[in-house]
Amino acid sequence: MKIRVDPRVEQQLVKAVLWLFTGLTVFILFFIIIYILRKGLPVISLGFITRNPAEMGKAGGIFSTIVGTVALTLLAVLIASPLGVGSAIYLTEYTRETWVTRVIRFGSECLAGIPSIIFGLFGFILFVAKLGLGWSLLSGGLTLAFMILPTIIRTSEEAIRSVPQTYREVSFSLGGTKWQTVTRVVLPSALPGIATGVILGIGRSIGETAAVIFTAGSSLHLPTSLFSSSRTMSVHFYILAREGISMANAYGTAAILMIVILAINLAAYGLMNRFVRKYR
Amino acid sequence: MDKASIRAKGFSHFFGGVQALKNLNLEVFTNEILGIIGPAGSGKSTFLRALNRLNDLIPGSRSEGRLEIDGEDVNAPGTSVVELRRRLGMVFATPVPLPRSIFENVAFGARLAGERSRAGLAELVADCLKKTALWEEVRDRLDSSALKLSGGQQQRLCLARILALKPEFILLDEPTSGLDPISTMKIEEKLREFRAEYTVILVTNNTKQAARVADRTAFFLNGELIEVDSTAQVFSAPSDPRTNDYISGKFG
Repeated sequence: MKIRVDPRVEQQLVKAVLWLFTGLTVFILFFIIIYILRKGLPVISLGFITRNPAEMGKAGGIFSTIVGTVALTLLAVLIASPLGVGSAIYLTEYTRETWVTRVIRFGSECLAGIPSIIFGLFGFILFVAKLGLGWSLLSGGLTLAFMILPTIIRTSEEAIRSVPQTYREVSFSLGGTKWQTVTRVVLPSALPGIATGVILGIGRSIGETAAVIFTAGSSLHLPTSLFSSSRTMSVHFYILAREGISMANAYGTAAILMIVILAINLAAYGLMNRFVRKYR
Repeated sequence: MDKASIRAKGFSHFFGGVQALKNLNLEVFTNEILGIIGPAGSGKSTFLRALNRLNDLIPGSRSEGRLEIDGEDVNAPGTSVVELRRRLGMVFATPVPLPRSIFENVAFGARLAGERSRAGLAELVADCLKKTALWEEVRDRLDSSALKLSGGQQQRLCLARILALKPEFILLDEPTSGLDPISTMKIEEKLREFRAEYTVILVTNNTKQAARVADRTAFFLNGELIEVDSTAQVFSAPSDPRTNDYISGKFG
């Protein structure tokens, strides 16, 4: 015998369950944020942000790790963006769908699934040891760049693919070359999507620990060149917490890390909105 | 009418295994408006896109026979596709303004060709907008987005955009299919004026539009040219019964 459920009851039930799921997700997110901020904010002062760590991080601030984090992330994005966007342009505009493009795409997707510690090991073997770059911003930046490359390729590809074909036809029919069409019509239209990929990449590299600890090292000194070893905020947090140096400073570092990520995301979306609103 | 400037000689076009145009023999005379009518899938658009080689963009596209503009084969190995497309301005079925300002849309072709002088561009843009009767409507907001214009205005903008190329030919692919009667009327009015300066090929789903605007009309069916003659002749006494059936609305 079949049990009949009143459609209105069913509707209410489904709504309640889905609301619960969503609520739980949001709750966990806010719980983490609030917990970290409550533990971390009391430690934060101007001195905490502007002074270098002292006594292995037990005292002093975290200035050098903020600089290290920003420098490393910037480096990774500056290396990965042109490579990634370039590959995406090649895959979408300059080749037709063949087994070669499918192999490239499959390869880059596999790359996206590799655990970051494997990237760290790879970076250590290739950049730090083999190429003799040592533990440095450059080794770390290159490693992170390879790590975020697949994300940037994939999102850029999607963004470029979603530019209406008619835009390309218009550009070609007005005597545009392929390169002009790509640079003047396709890329500007795809920019918001490409930026999403780059922002995801920034998010991933800024919080990365495993790949960085192997390649950029953990020096507490303020980095002075691309070849300086440097400690990022996440590595600093890891070491402070792991070795029980100072839980208070660890939470302070975590809170600042979260604030920086939030600020970067807000700034990026703000810039993007201004660009997009101009002509839409 | 005088000399033919476009001439198809035994021209066929294929998309993969599908033959979209079959052994086409057709002439287009200088400074005429040639209307092309026919049901969907009859090869009208393929013919236009073969002329400016937009078909090249589609994988598996190839052609046979000759398609000449001023005696030169458009598919000849040495032909510069960029030069070719600048000679043949094309307007599409749905207006496709680029997501830029009105000014930049009209100036787009000239910028692609390397024009940089702001004054020169301003003059060109104003001139082309006047020719399409859009100037009075948009002169105060040239820097606002072209996407904010109405459909009819957008299509006239697209016309202005190809006039800025200073083309010899204007190819229109069902340019008024999405427009209201008033916008359609405005565009048809402009097309009649264009005849003095340009050679126009007007592909249309609306047979009455061909009757109103075209000097000669060609009827395509399943990739074949059924007949081409003066518009008056085609619409009053077509030589092929299929033309008559199509015009009188028995199919298509």
